[in-house]
Amino acid sequence: MSTMSSAGRTRIEIAQVHGAAAPAPVLRAIGLGKVYGTVTVLTDISLDILPGEIHAVIGENGAGKSTFMRLLSGYAAPSAGTLEMNGAATAFSKPEQAQKAGIVLVHQEILLADGLSVAENLFLGRELMRHGIVDDRSMLRLAAEKLAELGCFVSPRALVRTISLADRQLVQIARALLDDYRLVIFDEPTAVLTGGEVERLLSIILRLKERGIAILYISHRLDEVQRLADKVTVLRDGKMIGTYPGRNLSQLDMAKLMVGRDLAAMYPERKPKALGEAMLEVRDVSVAGCVHDVSFSARKGEILGFAGMIGAGRTELFEGITGLCPSTGTILLEGRPLVLRGPRAAMDAGIGYLTEDRKGKGLLLNERLAPNLTLAALNRFHPGLMMHRRREQAALSEAVSDYDIRLKSLGVNAGHLSGGNQQKLLLAKILLTQPSVVIIDEPTRGIDIANKAQIYAFIHQLVEEGRTCIVISSEMQELIGICDRILVMRQGRIAGEVTGERMTEHDIALLATTDGTVALDEGGRR
Amino acid sequence: MTVMTDMAVPRPQRDWNFSWTDVGPFLALVALLMIGFAINPDFLSGTNLANVITRSAFIAIIAVGATFVISSGGLDLSVGSMAAFITGITIMFMNAMAPAWGAMAIPMGMAVAIGVGLLCGLMNGLIVTVGKIEPFIATLGTMGIFRALITYMSDGGTIPIDRTLRDAYRPVYFGTVGGIPYPILISIAVAAVASIALYKMKYGRKCAAVGANEDVARYSGISVISTRTIAYAIQGACVAIAAICYVPRLGAATPTTGVLWELQVITAVVIGGTALRGGKGHIWGTVAGAVILELIANLMVLSDFVSEYLVAGVQGVIIIIAMLIQRFSK
Repeated sequence: MSTMSSAGRTRIEIAQVHGAAAPAPVLRAIGLGKVYGTVTVLTDISLDILPGEIHAVIGENGAGKSTFMRLLSGYAAPSAGTLEMNGAATAFSKPEQAQKAGIVLVHQEILLADGLSVAENLFLGRELMRHGIVDDRSMLRLAAEKLAELGCFVSPRALVRTISLADRQLVQIARALLDDYRLVIFDEPTAVLTGGEVERLLSIILRLKERGIAILYISHRLDEVQRLADKVTVLRDGKMIGTYPGRNLSQLDMAKLMVGRDLAAMYPERKPKALGEAMLEVRDVSVAGCVHDVSFSARKGEILGFAGMIGAGRTELFEGITGLCPSTGTILLEGRPLVLRGPRAAMDAGIGYLTEDRKGKGLLLNERLAPNLTLAALNRFHPGLMMHRRREQAALSEAVSDYDIRLKSLGVNAGHLSGGNQQKLLLAKILLTQPSVVIIDEPTRGIDIANKAQIYAFIHQLVEEGRTCIVISSEMQELIGICDRILVMRQGRIAGEVTGERMTEHDIALLATTDGTVALDEGGRR
Repeated sequence: MTVMTDMAVPRPQRDWNFSWTDVGPFLALVALLMIGFAINPDFLSGTNLANVITRSAFIAIIAVGATFVISSGGLDLSVGSMAAFITGITIMFMNAMAPAWGAMAIPMGMAVAIGVGLLCGLMNGLIVTVGKIEPFIATLGTMGIFRALITYMSDGGTIPIDRTLRDAYRPVYFGTVGGIPYPILISIAVAAVASIALYKMKYGRKCAAVGANEDVARYSGISVISTRTIAYAIQGACVAIAAICYVPRLGAATPTTGVLWELQVITAVVIGGTALRGGKGHIWGTVAGAVILELIANLMVLSDFVSEYLVAGVQGVIIIIAMLIQRFSK
C-alpha cells in the first residue's frame, strides 16, 4: 500500500468471478438500487452469497457499503432490484423479518444496554420464560455457553458497563447468533478492536465459515479482507465495480479498484515551504479517562496529522484543547498562554474546530444555510442586539462561491446538501470565526471523491494563507497524502511521530497498535 | 453520493416556503369562527369576541414566554402556580403601600411583580441549566413550591386587594382604548416585542439553535446555559405581566388562581406550531393557539352539544391531536 502513491494510472485486469457453480446461494441480490430523495446512493448491485463462504464488500467511505448492507438486512427497502432467498423473491420491510429468514447484522457500533447484565442483553426482547416467569437460570447457562463458543469468558452476570469494548462486541455477536442464522453480515467489526482482539474475532469468523455459514464482511481494512475473503466485491460511488476471487487480489489491486484512479492526483502537489514559528504549543494536556499528558507543537504553515485508532483519544484531546470538554494542562497560542473557559473562549482566541460529527454536532440540518454559516460568528455579523440579515446573505453568497458549495437555491436547509457540500459549509462556518489554527476532525468522512480532493485543496490553501492546520483522520492514506508530519496516538498518549520517508501506513499502524500493553489496559476494568 | 448535477445558479433572493405549520393555527382559528357563527350567530358579535379574546389574554401572554422556553428545548410546568404566587405578592405589596403612597402603590406593585417574575424564572432556569435537572422535574418542583406559598400566604383563603386601590386598578382589565380592551392591547404588545426578540435579535437565533440541537450550539461557541436561563427569565417576566392584568379581574389572589394554566399554555404553544422538542418558535401561532382554546371553551358554553364541564377534557384532546399532527406531518 505504501508504494501506491507513486503508482501511475494503470489498467487493472483481474478476472472477475463468473457464474459460480455448486451450492445454491443463501441470498442473491439482483440489480439492487437505492435512492434517497434526489440522491442516488446505490445502483444496480448484483451478487450471490454462498454458504460457507466469506464475501467481502469493500469501497471507500460513501461508496455505498453501509446502504447495501442495510438493504440486505431489512433496515431499508431497495428502490430498485430484488432479493432472492432459495430461488424465491423476498422483501424485508423490517430487520426482524430478515432475522427470521436467517440474516443477521452485526453492527459496527455497540448497541447494548450498559446498565443490564451480559445475559440480560443477550436475551433482551426474547427472554426465556418458564411458567410465565423469566427463566434466569437457563438464560445464564445458555449465555455462558454461547459466549464460550466465541471464546469470550466474561461472567453472564457482569454488567455490560464493566466489561471491555472487545467483550462487548462479542456479546453483540453472540446476541446476533442466538437465532438460527444462515448469513451473518459484519459491518466494520474490527474498527474498535486492538491487534490481539482482531485476531480473536477473525478466527471466530473463520469458524463460522467452517460451519457452513455465509458471511458478508464489510471493511476498509484491506489486510483483513485479504486474509479472510473468498470473494471480494468492490463498490465505488454507489456502483458495483465487480466481484473478484479473493486469492488473486493484492491489497494494492483492491485499493486501485476502490479509488478507480490515480491516488496521487487526489492530493495537492507538495510545494516546498518554509514553516514559520510555533503557532500552537500544547503541554501536558490531559482529559479525564481519555487523554494523558499529551504535548506537541504545530508551526505556522504546517499541516499536522493525528492518526490512531478509534478510541485512541484524538477527538477527546482536541475537544479538551478547544474547551469543549474539561481538561488540564497548558496551551500556548503564538507564545501566549490561553485560559480556556469554554468553546467560545477558544474560538475567540483563534482556534477553530470542525467536529467529526457533521450532522450531529456541526450543522443544524433543519435550518437554512445562512443561520448555519454565521452561527459560530454571531457577534461578528450582528454586533449589538439586532441581526443584519443582508450582511448574512452576502456572506452566504460569498461562501457558496469561495467553497464551491453546490446547491439548488440559497433557501434550502443544510440537511438537503450532500455530505461533501455540508462539510464545505462547516468549513466556511468555522473559518468565519477567523481562526489562526484550524483543527479538522475526519475531514472527508462520508464524502465522495471529487469533494475530497477539493477539501484537500482547501486545507492546503488554509496553511498557505499562514494558518496552522491539524487534521485528525482514520484514513491513513489521507494523512500521508496531505500532512507534513503525523503524530500517532494510542490509548490517550502520543505513541510516536512519523515524517518524510517514514510516513507509511505500515509505520503508522505499527505505532497505533501494539499488543501486550494494549490488551492489559483495555481489559483493565474487567 | 454523486456530485449534484442539478446545480443551478443560486438565486440570491430568499425563498418563500409555504408551510402548513406556519399558517395552520390561523386557518384553524378562521374555521372555528365560522363553525361558531353557524352554531350561534351571537358568537361573532363584537362583545362576545372581545370578551373571549380578553379572557384568553392571560394564557396568551404566558404562552408567549413559554414559546421561548420550549423553543430553547425546555419546559415550564410552574407557570400557573407562579402566576398565583406573583398575584399574591403583588396584592400584598400594594395593600401594604396603599396607605402611604395611595394610587402610586399600583405602578410600584407592578414593578415588584415584574421583578419577582424575573427572579422566579431565573430560579427555574438555573435549576435546569446549572443544576442540570430535567426541566419537567425541576419545574414540577417549583410548581409545588409556588402553589404552597400562595396557599400559605392566603392562609387557604383569599388575599383581596385594598378597597382604595380597586377603582384605580380596575381599567387595567376592564378598560378600553378605542373600544379595544387593555388586556388585548397588552398581549399584542407582548407578542410584538417577543417576535422582535425571537426573529430579529441575535438572542432569538441562539434560542432556536440551542433548542434545535444543543450540541451544534455548543460546538458553535454558544452558551447553552445562559441562552436557556434567559428563556426562563423571559417566561417569568411574561407570567408577571399576565398576573398584573389578572389582579383587577377578580380583585384577589386565591390558592386556586392559575390552576391548570400550564396545560393551557403548553397547548397554546404546541397548537401554535412550535415543536415541543425545541427549535423554531412561532410567537403569533402561540397567540392564535391561546385564542383557539378560549374560543372552544366559549363555543361549548354557547352551544348545548357538550357539557361545559368537559372544557379541560376537550383542551386535552386538542393538545394530543396537535402533537399527532406534528409527528405525522414530518
